[in-house]
Order: sequence, then structure tokens, then C-alpha cells
Amino acid sequence: MIDPHILERHGLKPGEYDRIVGFLGREPNLTELGMFSVMWSEHCSYKSSRVHLKTLPTTGPQVLQGPGENAGAVDIGEGLAAVFKIESHNHPSFIEPYQGAATGVGGIIRDIFTMGARPIALLNSLRFGAFHAPGTRRLLEGVVAGIAGYGNSIGIPTVGGEIAFEPSYAGNPLVNVFCLGIAKQSDIIKGVASGVGNAVYYVGAKTGRDGIHGATMASAEFDDKSAEKRPAVQVGDPFMEKLLLEACLEVMKTDALVGIQDMGAAGLTCSTTEMGSRGGAGIEIDVALVPQRETGMTPYEIMLSESQERMLLVVKRGREAEVERVFDKWDLHAVHIGEVTDNGLLRVKNHGALVAEIPNRALTDEAPLYTRPMTEPEYLADVQKLDVGDGSRLNGRPTPVPNDALFALLGSPTVASKRWIYRQYDHMVQTNTINLPGLGAGVVRIKGTDRALAMSVDGNGRHCYLDPYRGAMLAVAEAARNVACSGAKPLGATNCLNFGNPERPAIMWQFAKAVEGIGAACRALGVPITGGNVSLYNETDGNAIYPTPTIAVVGLLEHADRVVSRRFRDAGDAILLFGEGRGELGGSEYLKVAHDLVRGVPPALDLDAERALQALLVQLAGERLLRSAHDCSDGGIAVTLAECCFDTGGIGAEVSIDGVHVAADARVNVAAALYGESASRVVVSVVPDAVTTVLERAAAANVPAHVIGQTGGNRLRMAVAGQIVVDSGVDEAERVWSSAIEQAYAKRVA
Amino acid sequence: MRFGVIVFPGSNCDEDAYHAARDVFGQEAEYLWHKDTELKGADVLILPGGFAHGDYLRTGAMARFSPIMGPVRAFAERGGPVLGICNGFQILLESGLLPGAMLRNRGLKYRCEHVHLRVEQTDTPFTGKARAGQVLRIPIGHGEGNYFAPAEMLKQIEANRQVVLRYTDPNGVLNDDWNPNGSVNAIAAVCNERRNVVGMMPHPERACEVLLGGVDGRVIFESVLASLRSAESLALQPQSAGRAS
Amino acid sequence: MRARVFVTLKPSVFDPQGRTIAEALHSLGYQNVEDVRQGKYFELDLATTETATARALAAEVADKVLANPVIESYRIEVE
Repeated sequence: MIDPHILERHGLKPGEYDRIVGFLGREPNLTELGMFSVMWSEHCSYKSSRVHLKTLPTTGPQVLQGPGENAGAVDIGEGLAAVFKIESHNHPSFIEPYQGAATGVGGIIRDIFTMGARPIALLNSLRFGAFHAPGTRRLLEGVVAGIAGYGNSIGIPTVGGEIAFEPSYAGNPLVNVFCLGIAKQSDIIKGVASGVGNAVYYVGAKTGRDGIHGATMASAEFDDKSAEKRPAVQVGDPFMEKLLLEACLEVMKTDALVGIQDMGAAGLTCSTTEMGSRGGAGIEIDVALVPQRETGMTPYEIMLSESQERMLLVVKRGREAEVERVFDKWDLHAVHIGEVTDNGLLRVKNHGALVAEIPNRALTDEAPLYTRPMTEPEYLADVQKLDVGDGSRLNGRPTPVPNDALFALLGSPTVASKRWIYRQYDHMVQTNTINLPGLGAGVVRIKGTDRALAMSVDGNGRHCYLDPYRGAMLAVAEAARNVACSGAKPLGATNCLNFGNPERPAIMWQFAKAVEGIGAACRALGVPITGGNVSLYNETDGNAIYPTPTIAVVGLLEHADRVVSRRFRDAGDAILLFGEGRGELGGSEYLKVAHDLVRGVPPALDLDAERALQALLVQLAGERLLRSAHDCSDGGIAVTLAECCFDTGGIGAEVSIDGVHVAADARVNVAAALYGESASRVVVSVVPDAVTTVLERAAAANVPAHVIGQTGGNRLRMAVAGQIVVDSGVDEAERVWSSAIEQAYAKRVA
Repeated sequence: MRFGVIVFPGSNCDEDAYHAARDVFGQEAEYLWHKDTELKGADVLILPGGFAHGDYLRTGAMARFSPIMGPVRAFAERGGPVLGICNGFQILLESGLLPGAMLRNRGLKYRCEHVHLRVEQTDTPFTGKARAGQVLRIPIGHGEGNYFAPAEMLKQIEANRQVVLRYTDPNGVLNDDWNPNGSVNAIAAVCNERRNVVGMMPHPERACEVLLGGVDGRVIFESVLASLRSAESLALQPQSAGRAS
Repeated sequence: MRARVFVTLKPSVFDPQGRTIAEALHSLGYQNVEDVRQGKYFELDLATTETATARALAAEVADKVLANPVIESYRIEVE
């Protein structure tokens, strides 16, 4: 009955089938095969990535929950925990951008409240093809509307994020969504099933045929037949999820729950088997009891459906009525569909007749594990070569004058203001947002305490394409640095690893190097990884995306009112640079914008220097010595300084930056000083009286620090090696920066 | 004073309104579930923002059938102060407690940002402490805040001075570029003829604390507190006079 | 019986979605699509076999819930 064609349609390899037969001691039936196929898919089993992920640092005194649960958690004092995770919804968003992104938001929110935490903030990290390429706009508008439609409706603020445009994402946009919640540490609840005879409950939306094989779809490359897979995309209902959120948090207060898990990828199969497996228990359910939206659904379809907004609960025996009462209040119907058993089996019945029986561990812990072959990609040696010659021309394009280059960078969609996007997100609901989007890390205060949490998500696919190890380290460093710039001490991180087809050795090499880099940076900076998500097979017609690990870092501000933003505050403040520019142009936004070049090695990163810098920022913010702080990344120090002037009502700045020498031509040396992207640099402003103290603190922390100028006037003037090279009205520069994306989209095209 | 904050399934600014009333202004506050049939002694009612019943069908369309709306209507008819914020405004429109209707924003997109509002009327319980012509900077967050009234109704609303707030530029000058959603006559807030029921699209509860970047929303809460106090002292006058004699 | 209820914005009410769709169609070259008005469509399954009863019931539901008389009008088909 199970033939090679059926196996192929289920994405199972012949060797994997033999393994299934081994576990069962017999041939599986079709329902069982479907269950294995989703649980053993790359998306659910991490079969290619697990050997590498094991090397990541996941522990620390602040870590309350590491990887393996619905989300990670860190201690933020006063008996509270920050519960957070990032997840991808890349493939569904390509097929149907609105619903794909919306259900991505819904899924990550469920992961957080499932832990007993109230979600208080969302971030997202998006990647699309070239900004002006056909198709980009439709995807971007759909994804942004989907995120907004879900997040706004459920009432969780989207407080920040990042977005970049590169041709490599044209056929594989990335939609990574992060959610953070707050829980009392004593209230954290897990996804376990235990206690023989305890009731298994199903609550939430009815089950339909949507999303069947979503998990296997997320593990297969796209080809031109992908459009036919459209029915596999789920539709989100944020209203239902809002009810579930409130009802579940209310049920959790009763202590009648043993465990709870949402039905995400692989639906009922995944939630039953993972809960059973974690608790070392078995689960027996009858699918005939599962509420169904469509008629004539088979056990196979019910077990594999990925209909959204559904939860699985294990309730203490004798407490069922209490739980049912809470759900009734919210007009949700909790249905008793089975029991916990002690035999370690997932037993599925249909009207009492057994239709599947699989050991839980076979579906979870015993999923295949691959150590896939790796080789350094052939392209690498070539693209890392960056020969600037005499510096007068690069890639056939003359080196632009500094003012023009600055304006080109400010208008590039990766650098330009994202107001047009974040204005579509409710970023103020819950009245906690104290650093609004666009001003640095997102920061939310914690009501009832003096504290606040800062969060930032970062990743640079171009850097990782040129050097995955260094690029991944830089992503961790930048996310943590952004958090530190707000004054918060970085506590923990979550990662979303977006890569191509792991069966190709060059892709697997990129993956392994990136994970190594993340591990090295997280260890050095004291931000353990508490969970995350891997998204592989991001390829279309054999073209992989840039390897793109995105890292979200969460940090703690002990005093919310000491939060720091990127904006200059007043005229007459001193501007200081922490760190040193070395004129590193490899992989920079400048090379791409001015010379259409993606080449060189990304900037070097000294992890000790980075750690010292971040500790200094947190210390200075705690002492209220910083008026503003903004890190140097895309577009170098010139763009950083410009952004410090923006949204201030036009406060200008006059600065002088040290020269660097990268070539014979003076123009390229100026460009390298202004637009080079050397890491571990932050521009801060301080009141004149505080300069001496700040310099002393920096010296004590071993962080290079120099006064480079002062705020004031309404012009942005920059000198390199004593010579004025940029001189522009702040208003003029701000207009370019703030309107680039909006104007491109003001002209309506279909 | 006791604030009653009405919670519909899908409300999501209920906790924000409750927080403002209780933690910022130190008043008593009580959640009123949409299935409740009494107001628990509330002196002022807030219908908060959110997506009641998912905003399915039309914004605010289903919420008007909730059991709590009977007592809300009776409270309004007795002259009690009722404030609808954002989705709460939409619900008051659908219930017929306020005139007009909401359309999708002119730009079709949800907009969350600070806007400038000119105070048009100060003889409502929610604007009594503001100056006429005062410009408030308060955030909005909505996809359907494009206020509409048919020509005849609009004429009447204007004639009765029922427009409480209008979108303007930062100097209080009407300018279509500063109208975030296309509302007719730049209307951001209206009241009923009796002036005790006010609906506004902007979120005053998001602008009551320095930490949140602005405090221009405070005047809405301060006004209703002042209004309730003066109503209370009026009611108490004969009694205190009796005690003095 | 089944009633179909079509709800549209009244002609006097500006329809930003309809206009956007019309503009998109024009930019795709469909100049002969002069205007677009967007609306809502409902199917009601009614427990009656009387056309008149079905129509009355659908009209009542449309008046009370499905349409907002301030901005919308509706049309009913019964079969």
C-alpha cells in the first residue's frame, strides 16, 4: 500500500521509511505515515541542524528556561520572567503574504502565552528582493498588512524590527517574528502531559483541511508548481486568538492545568506527541470528538490539519468543570478528546476504532539525525577579494563626492526611515512603549515595577554571505549593542536561522559556520540562546537566499526612566565616539549603493572590546550620563550621525572624524572613514559638564573614546582629517531619509 | 470617583483605560464584562479601544447587541458621562448613541502615530478643563477612523456644536495634509445633543504619562473628574447646608 | 430557502477601497472599467419555504445587523 510515490509525496526518504517500520515492527498505515512525515520533517525534527545547535550556549544564572519548550525564559528580577522566542514563517508568506505573515504572528504569540506569560511586545525581521523589483511591493505590502492585521487586532504592540532588500530574497522572502511576554516565575507552565487518567482537552477554532502538510511544505524547495500548493496556507483569526489568550491565562490561574501546548506546525500530531514525550507519558484521543469545520474529514486530515488558533490542554482529573467554566465565559468550547496514559504511546481512535498507534518517542526524540556533509562554497574565495585599486573607481563607477554618497545612503531602503511600515503597526497599545519604533531598540516598561525591557532583532545576510562565521557574530553583537545603547543590560537571545537547502554541502557549511559564530559571540557577550527556530530550504529554482541568521536580544533596564534613544536632545551637547573606525568597506551598504558591489570581508569583531563597550553603555545610562546613543552599522558613522539629528526638530551637529588610509585616492579614503562599517562603535551625546567623567569611565573600561564634535545649529557638518567633506541642512537630509520608502509607494501600481 | 471600563470580547485597550483611571489618576476603576447587566455603581463609563467581536461585519457592529449596552444606554439617558475611545467610539456610533458612521481610512492603511487635535467645544464633561482652540498632541491607532455623516446630519451636528475635536496641524490650523484618515470636516470627536456622550478616535489614555512621551491626554480625564466633582458638590449642597445649621 | 444579501456603500458615500481597485485596474490597462464599488455579500440559509417570508426575514436581518443605514444600502435575492 505504501509505495515510493506516496513516500515521495510525504517527503520521506526510503531510509527513513525503513526506520519507521523498525519502530513499529510493521508497515505503517497511511495515517501513521502522515504523522511520521510531519514530525520527521526538517521543520519539526531539526534533523539536519540539531547536531550543530547542540553547540550553542544555552545556560546562565539568568536562564529560567532554555531551548526545548514552547519558548525560553530569563530572570528579570522581582520574581518575574521575560518569556520570548523568534520564529519564521517564510514559505507561507511567499505563497500568501497577508495570511502567511498573520499566522506567523499568531503562532509566536501562542508560544508565549502557552508558557503562562502575557505577551507585551512583538518585533519582526523581514527580507525581500530588490526594493524596486517587480513583486517586491506586493509581498512587502501583504506581509506588513498581515503582521498589522493580526498584531493590532489582538492588542500586542509591534515595537520594532528591521528590514532589508537584496535580490537573493526575491523568490524567498523572510518573515521572522519575535514575541516577548511577562510571567511570574512561579506561574510558568510547560507543555507536558502527565498523570494517568488526566483529561486531554481541545479548545479553540474548529479543525478544517487548511494547512495540511504545512510542515512538510516548509521543508521543501520551491519550484514553479508552488502556486498549486496554495490550499496548504492557513487563515488566521486574531479575534479567536484574543479569546484564547485571555481564557488560557485565566485557566492557568486555577492550577487545574497540568500542561498546555498550542497546535502549530503538524497540528494535533505534534502537540499530542510532544506533550506526551516531554512527560514520559502516553496519550489516547478520539478524533471523532475533535470539533470539525468541514464534513467528511479523515483521521489523517484531522491529525495533520494546521488550522490556526487551537490549543491542547491536559487538565487534572476532577477539575474539568472549573476549566470548562472559564472557556464558556469566553464563548469558547473546551472539548474532552482523550486521556493521559502510562504506555508512552500516541493512540488515535476514530469513533472508538484504533486508527494509529505510535510510540511518542519515535515521533520526537527518535527522529532521524543527520550529520550532513559540508564543504566551503566555491564562490567564497572570489567574493572576499576586494581590490579598491587606486580608489578613484570601483566596479566601473567613480567614487562619488561624500555629500552625494550620504544622500544616496539615506535614501536607500535599507537605511531610510521605516515609518511608512511601523506606522501600520499599533506600537503603543498596552501603554508600555517608552522607546518608539525607529528610535533604537524597542523598550517597554513593566507596569508595577521601575523596570523596562529592551529588545532588538538584527541580522545582515550580506555579511553572512561573505563570511557566515563573522557575519553571525556581528548579528549577535549588533542586537546586543542596540539593547545596550538603550541603557539595558543584555540578558538572553533567541535566533532564527534562515538558510538554503541543507542537502547541499556548501549550504550546510554556511549553516555550521554561522552557528559557530553565534555561539562564540553569545558566550563572549553573556547572552545565552534560550530557543529559536531553523528555516531551511529557502531556495527557488536552486538559488539560495543569503545565509541569514537573525538574532533577537532581550535586555533589562532597572530604571525605566533612564532609557536612552538615538536622538540628540539639545544644542551644545558634546558628541563622543566610542570605538575606532578602521575604514572597513567589505560588505558595506556604501559599496552596494555607490558601486553596486557585494564584496570583501565583513568588518572584524573583537569580542572583548564589544563586551567592554556594551558594559560601559549600560553603566553610563544607569548613571544618567548619556543624552543619546546610537550604534554605527549600515552606512557607517556618517549615517549614524545623520540619524542622531533626525526626529529632533532639526538639531544639527559639527564633527571631525579621523582619516583612514585604504588606497591612493583621497576620495575613497574619505568614503572609508565616513561609510566604513567597523564594528563596536557607538556615537553618544553628553552634556558638556559630563565629558570628563564619561571619558574617565571609558578609559577605566578600556573603551577607546574621543570627543568628535558638538550638537547645535541646523546643519550637519562632518570633517575628515580636518577637512569639511559633508555640509548639508538637517531638514534636507531628513526629507530624503524620511520620505524614500513612502514616496516610492505613494505612486500606486498594481 | 468610580470609572466603569466596559470589556467586550476583543477589547484590547481596556487595561490601558483602567490603568490610566486607577494608577495615573488614583480613582476607583471596575471592569464591566459585556454580559453584565449592571454598572456596579460607576460614575463614568469608558468604552475602550480594540476590536470588539473581531470587528467582523463592521467595526463596532456586533458589540451594540451585548447585554451591557442596555444599562449603558439608560446611564447615558440619565445624563451620565460616557466616553468611547477608538473602537468604543465606533460602538457608540453603531448603537445610535452618537450620530454618523466610520469608513476605512482614506489611505486604506491602519495608522498609529501622534496627531494634533484642536479643542472645539469645552462644554462636555470630557473637555471642560481644556481651552477652546487648545491643540492637543495625542496618538491614534486605527484602520477605520474616517468619520462620515450624510450632508443633512453633518449640517445639524455642526449647527449643534457637536464636533468636539478636529484634526489640525501643530498650530491648530485646519489642513488636509494633517487629516490622518479623511474624516469629513476633519472630525476626530463628536458628542450627542445632550453633550454627555463623547466619542473620539485618538487615545487619551496613551498620553497621560511623561514616560510615554506626552501628557496631553490628561485633560480628558481631568475634565471628567472635575465635572463629576462639581456635579457631586451640587448634589451635596443642601445636605451640607443642613449639617451647618 | 436561501437569501442572498448584497450590501454596498450608498452612492453618496466615498468608497476608498473601490477607488483604489479602480486605479489599480486602470494602471493595468483596463481603461474601460470606469468605476468600482466594493461591497459585502451574505448567504443566509433560512428555515422557510415561503418566498415572501424569506424576503421579509432577510430584510429584517439586513436592516438590523448586516447593513448600517447611515452609509450602506442593500439588495436581496431569494431562491
